[in-house]
Amino acid sequence: MSRTVRVAGGQGFWGDWPEAPRRQVDGGPIDYLMLDYLAEVTMSILQKQKERDPAMGYARDFVGAMESVLTAVADRGVKVIANAGGVNPEACADAVQAMAAKAGRAGALRIGVVTGDNLLPRIDELLASGHELRNMDTGEPLSVVRDRVIAANAYIGSTPIVEALAKGANVVITGRSTDTALTMAPLRHEFGWGATEWDKLAAGIIAGHIIECGAQCSGGNCLHDWRDIPNLADIGYPIVEGSADGTFVVTKHPGTGGRVSVPTVTEQLVYEMGDPHAYITPDVVANFASIQLEDAGLDRVRVYGITGAPATDKLKVSIAYKSGYKAVGSLVYAWPDALEKAQVADRVLRERLDRLGLTFEKVLGEFVGASATHGRLAGDAGREAPEVQYRIGVRDADRKKVERFTREIVPLVLNGPPSVTGFAGGRPKVEEIVAYWPALVDKTVVRTAVEVR
Amino acid sequence: MRIRLMDIAHARSGDKGDTANVGVIALRPEWYPLLAAQLTRDRVAQHFAGIIEGGVDRYELPNLKALNFLLHGALDGGGTLSLKTDAQGKVFSTALLRMELDIPDAEAAALGLPGATT
Repeated sequence: MSRTVRVAGGQGFWGDWPEAPRRQVDGGPIDYLMLDYLAEVTMSILQKQKERDPAMGYARDFVGAMESVLTAVADRGVKVIANAGGVNPEACADAVQAMAAKAGRAGALRIGVVTGDNLLPRIDELLASGHELRNMDTGEPLSVVRDRVIAANAYIGSTPIVEALAKGANVVITGRSTDTALTMAPLRHEFGWGATEWDKLAAGIIAGHIIECGAQCSGGNCLHDWRDIPNLADIGYPIVEGSADGTFVVTKHPGTGGRVSVPTVTEQLVYEMGDPHAYITPDVVANFASIQLEDAGLDRVRVYGITGAPATDKLKVSIAYKSGYKAVGSLVYAWPDALEKAQVADRVLRERLDRLGLTFEKVLGEFVGASATHGRLAGDAGREAPEVQYRIGVRDADRKKVERFTREIVPLVLNGPPSVTGFAGGRPKVEEIVAYWPALVDKTVVRTAVEVR
Repeated sequence: MRIRLMDIAHARSGDKGDTANVGVIALRPEWYPLLAAQLTRDRVAQHFAGIIEGGVDRYELPNLKALNFLLHGALDGGGTLSLKTDAQGKVFSTALLRMELDIPDAEAAALGLPGATT
């Protein structure tokens, strides 16, 4: 049997199951543990933390995750790859080293730190040299919101991670790597795939797409046959068994709950999909229309046939900027006529906002339990609904107006329609909105660096 | 006969900015051509009329027995801007599965659709 490399997914986002990384290293043999921490808005949260404390700005959970798998890394040769570095990969590496030293294993970790994705210090230089960083959705140039930008990171690919592994790192910490590169890089490193072996690189990217959301490919959040997916309480996170030719098997540790089947993997494949013929990454353009899936036994799905096309000469940049304020509050109305009462509350509240002369960029009222998620498609909730939650939010550039709005909800408990409860949270909080600005930049302007310490 | 999409397909949805995507997957491989024929771009746009603000894109994935729909202007700006309960478009999947399809009885019987009389 030809050699396979086992890459296990242990976190699908910052906030995922704290047990998962340890379960992945204890449940059976794996070669790599892949931990994905970054969503679109995460970088801006981390940037704010770094502004308050220069030693912060990374996913703190990662230190605890490393502690939970330290023995496996130190004694059993499991390697860890994570984009936990956020906007401060060096500080993240320091924190992990400090944890290992405290555990008496200071010499066991060789941490590869990947930097160069952070473009925030270079924004003005880039704009001045003609890189407009236009919004990919609206076409507007970044100059429109330049003074409100708080984070800017290029999505970087597998190459610096491969370099760190080649230099002997057993833990690789990156900033804004693509989620998929975290899985593709170890396969590329182990099998020596070249930078233009498009089909193999695409296969590695698709393996990454399948496991980057943790258990969402192994029975979690799975609509297909959901009642009969076994033992979700003990759900197994996914493992990719990669082969040198780019084919791979998706599986999970024996005896764990959940399920890996053609339907569970297919649901994950279509998750957050755009044009399936052109899934663009820094390394390759993968073609989801080439993927073949085959049932390969209990909790095993074989994936083959994948093709890819040459990478583009651009990198996507994730830019975060301040974009006003919002607040969302809610009340619960009970039977009888719960929906009608909630609708009256909505009319009363809007009339009061009008009388105060308060207008907003957006006011959205929803009726949870009747139509909040499916709108008119949900049909008529009727008079018998046991309860309906009235949920109202506003958004505006003026913080004072949003603040004033938050004082208008709770009074309805005593001066609006009856049978109302669910106000224990009191006034809703005003949140500053940090919005997302996707842009493209020439690959040549982003210079990554790798240091193994 | 009339059948709910829910009875012949499963689905998952997610977001990219202000766009929700819905991947619809045939519950049996032999039902995929029926899905592909019935779920036209116009039909899906009509289903979500008044619920989304933008247009609909449609992609076929016969290899996965799936169709992918992009619903633009679906998420009140998307991500952190959105005031919606479903700011990330997570349950547009089942909203699409509410669709009802009219299938000729003979075709339904030949395909073995649930509830078809043979």
